[in-house]
Amino acid sequence: MVNFGFKLSSSKRIDLDSSDSDLFLKLKAESGTITQCIACGSCASSCSAGNFTPVNFRKAILLIERGRNEEAKELIKGCMLCGKCTLVCPRGINTREIILSINQYYKKERF
Amino acid sequence: MKERIIFGYDPFVIPFTLGVIFIMLYLGTGTLRILLSLSRKEALNLLRSIFSVKIFKTIKDILFDVLLHVKIFKRNILLGYMHASIAFGWFMLIFIGHIEVILYTPQRNGVIYYPVFFRYFVMETSQTLRGAFFFFLMDLFLLIVLSGIALAIYKRFRSVRLGMKRTTRHKTGDKIALWSLWLIFPLRLVAESFTADISGGSFLTGTINTLMGRFVESTLYMDTLWWAYSCALALFLFALPFSRYMHIPTEILLIFLRNAGIKSTSSRNGFAESEIYSCSSCGICIDACPMSVVDEKSNYTSVYLLRKLRRRKLDSLFLAEQCLMCGKCVELCPVEIDSCRLKFLKKRENFPDQIFDYNYLSKKHPEFKSSINRQDREKVLYYAGCMTHLTPQIYKSLFNIMDKAQIDYSFMDRDGSICCGRPLILAGGERAAKELIRVNSELIIRANAGILLLSCPICYKVFKENYSLNGVEVMHHSQYINLLIKQGKIKLKKGDFSVVYHDPCDLGRGSGVYSEPRAVISSAAVLKESSNLPAESICCGGSLASRRFSQSERESVTLHSLEKLNINNPEKLITACPLCLRSFSKLNKRETLDIAQLVEEQMI
Repeated sequence: MVNFGFKLSSSKRIDLDSSDSDLFLKLKAESGTITQCIACGSCASSCSAGNFTPVNFRKAILLIERGRNEEAKELIKGCMLCGKCTLVCPRGINTREIILSINQYYKKERF
Repeated sequence: MKERIIFGYDPFVIPFTLGVIFIMLYLGTGTLRILLSLSRKEALNLLRSIFSVKIFKTIKDILFDVLLHVKIFKRNILLGYMHASIAFGWFMLIFIGHIEVILYTPQRNGVIYYPVFFRYFVMETSQTLRGAFFFFLMDLFLLIVLSGIALAIYKRFRSVRLGMKRTTRHKTGDKIALWSLWLIFPLRLVAESFTADISGGSFLTGTINTLMGRFVESTLYMDTLWWAYSCALALFLFALPFSRYMHIPTEILLIFLRNAGIKSTSSRNGFAESEIYSCSSCGICIDACPMSVVDEKSNYTSVYLLRKLRRRKLDSLFLAEQCLMCGKCVELCPVEIDSCRLKFLKKRENFPDQIFDYNYLSKKHPEFKSSINRQDREKVLYYAGCMTHLTPQIYKSLFNIMDKAQIDYSFMDRDGSICCGRPLILAGGERAAKELIRVNSELIIRANAGILLLSCPICYKVFKENYSLNGVEVMHHSQYINLLIKQGKIKLKKGDFSVVYHDPCDLGRGSGVYSEPRAVISSAAVLKESSNLPAESICCGGSLASRRFSQSERESVTLHSLEKLNINNPEKLITACPLCLRSFSKLNKRETLDIAQLVEEQMI
């Protein structure tokens, strides 16, 4: 391939019409607080597990909104459910419930 | 006194006899099912508790709890009298009925229906002292039961007068059993009264007979009334297995099993089944539950959960997930059903264990420089835990206190902690939490300290119950400060301001630590009482156990708790839990402090 000195990056576009919004809609129906996230990152910065692993709740919400559920699940599997994120969330998002619901969702699907 | 009917039989006994046979078969099968589900060890424990001195405790418990309802008496005298009069009165009616049969018609001994319908089958030839004595007793106990029934009917309309703001909603089975129970005793009274001129009667039945004799011919209605009485009994007995009144026979089995030290291992079967059927749906837990502040949440209280479990409803899990696990319902339950344990087991059975993954902990965990090199019983290892990291004022005060007392301590999780595992356990992930417990235990044992100091009751409970730490003493900071004061290492001056102390659920009810924090506070300030007993303190609303509570619902629980705490108008609120501190300080108009902060302020 001819080297032009630059390269084309692949598209980062997410087609919300075709993405898998099943999990997001389920979470939204369950308590609805997931839609209140302003991505401030308080949860991620206070996270106990975040000291040792890439666990990041803010990112997980974003991924789920975009239908990338598997990645979100991988991201929070190290969560210790200590509840710090629930306490620091300025929007009152019930984070522990959402994390448990995601895992329960995968439990039903897989096992 | 002699028999009036030659064969000792009349067709009206058939409904009652069928009812008794049905209920005997039902109870027999049920008991057998529960006993067979016990493990070998549990069965041996049960036998051991029956054939030893423990049996006296069991008998005492049965007498006090099942017949006399002492625990309900302690709550409310009228409510206690209502329960005790029906239970004890009915028992005495049956018991004396049997004695009568043994004494006067020994040939009918062992006939199921005879003691119940004794007065129909006998006639008085000459007034004997014994007859009069027993008839007097029977009338007396019938009157006692009737007064209980009258109270029960009154309670249906005005339960507040009997100390209950809310009562349980009834299902059809409950209603049928309830109405037939209300009918049984008035019918018995009328039936016996109408027969009293033949069989003889005492102050109640005899008098009614004389009065009625002026208006109606008693023999005309006699048979009808005995039929009605028998039918009411039969209706009650047939409805019993489908109603809350199953608690009457089941509680006896429950007391036997509990005194053998058996605990539930499943949320529905085995021992749990005896607990579930022992629930009398009295509804004391509805008023006790902090959830009931939010109106629709009162549908999720223990009594309804037990009902759902009993009917094997799928949404019992949803109810279990609502609970704050503060343990107040267990504390107040007159039958002592450990419903929190059942909820916990229910959640454990449905937890997605396979998805959580904590392998990273063994690869990378917090490093801490330990100043403790050798095993020393005096050395202190402090573990803040997740919650205290959100309220650093607690450990700052605590460190100041320890510096003043010249204590050698090291901070285990200054740079981030591994969670103690209790939040995970409360969510049902007991198996997943094993990894956290293993790594934390290793870290603690490696530190060679004598005391593990905690400032979070949630951690305290789990370190006490689920960890084995090679003899490291686990202490909550309120206990440790109390120890320091006793040893004279710190001195406090008593302030002239008043405070109230909030018992955190996991420290008070959960771990039984009531006196030490109070001792510390009393030496630093004037301690006022809250409106609740220490063992009945109300959850601050911050509990990590519930995954379903929204932020606003939590706030209404907090406000309710604050209202009860501030009833005597204290200047400050003292607590001993980082989570309580966080929940309260947000909404309390008065100053909210941790016990360590109070001590730091008053230290000289």
